[in-house]
Amino acid sequence: MKLHVDWTACDGRGVCTELLEEMLVEDDWGFPVARDGQRSPAVPPPLEGAAKQAVDRCPMLALKLIAR
Amino acid sequence: MSDALWYFARGSGVISLVLLTVVVALGIGSRSGKPAFGLPRFAVSLLHRNAALLSVVFVAGHVISLLFDPYAQLRLFDVVLPFVGNYRPVWQGFGTLAFDLLVAIVVTSLLRHRLGARTWRVVHWLAYLCWPVALMHGLGTGSDNGTWWLWTISIACAVAVVAAIGWRLSTGFSRFPARAERQVAPRLRKELEEVR
Ligand code: SF4
Repeated sequence: MKLHVDWTACDGRGVCTELLEEMLVEDDWGFPVARDGQRSPAVPPPLEGAAKQAVDRCPMLALKLIAR
Repeated sequence: MSDALWYFARGSGVISLVLLTVVVALGIGSRSGKPAFGLPRFAVSLLHRNAALLSVVFVAGHVISLLFDPYAQLRLFDVVLPFVGNYRPVWQGFGTLAFDLLVAIVVTSLLRHRLGARTWRVVHWLAYLCWPVALMHGLGTGSDNGTWWLWTISIACAVAVVAAIGWRLSTGFSRFPARAERQVAPRLRKELEEVR
């Protein structure tokens, strides 16, 4: 499973970086950046629940999970 | 038994107002992009949602108990159609209107991922109408209007929401006030929606 961020929608509200601390960090403007440097970072199985919650809570509906 | 329904209707109405106040304050807090009320952002967001769902439960209890209450004589269409009631139609109508708005806000929120962010947000703004209408309904109707405790609760709720809106409009509200607002050219908007 991979996490896709729609950059046209993301407003850098930082909900996902809180829920997926192990995967994402905030850049200087609060936008999420994948720790592994990938555009669509892979979600490790233990974080799948947190990733689903991030998708659900993102206020801009900018997140999507894609099956690889 | 009939008295019990009447008491329950009044109590659940007051609890609904308090919960909706919490929901509005948390909703504004979640918009700032900063941790608010001493909670992390995801917690503000989750509490906002859960308090909203709980308020729906209490509002449903409020409406259902009045439907069966012999004093209120609420007819089924009074639940949906505002300002046609038998008893203080204007004040009761405010309650019906707030109920309709609440249903619209909650249903679109539950279907958010299907409706898309724009539709959802437009409907969500109705919360700024729903809350004051609900407050006026509480102040104007029912057998508790004019009591000191209902005034105290209503004023406390109003202070909380006015403070939250004041914070929302202040310059320090957003986490990155220097960041430019996102603008999407109208001609690109349709394509954007399609990509999503
Ligand atoms: S929660 Fe959504 S809007 Fe906020 S930073 Fe993450 S992707 Fe962007």
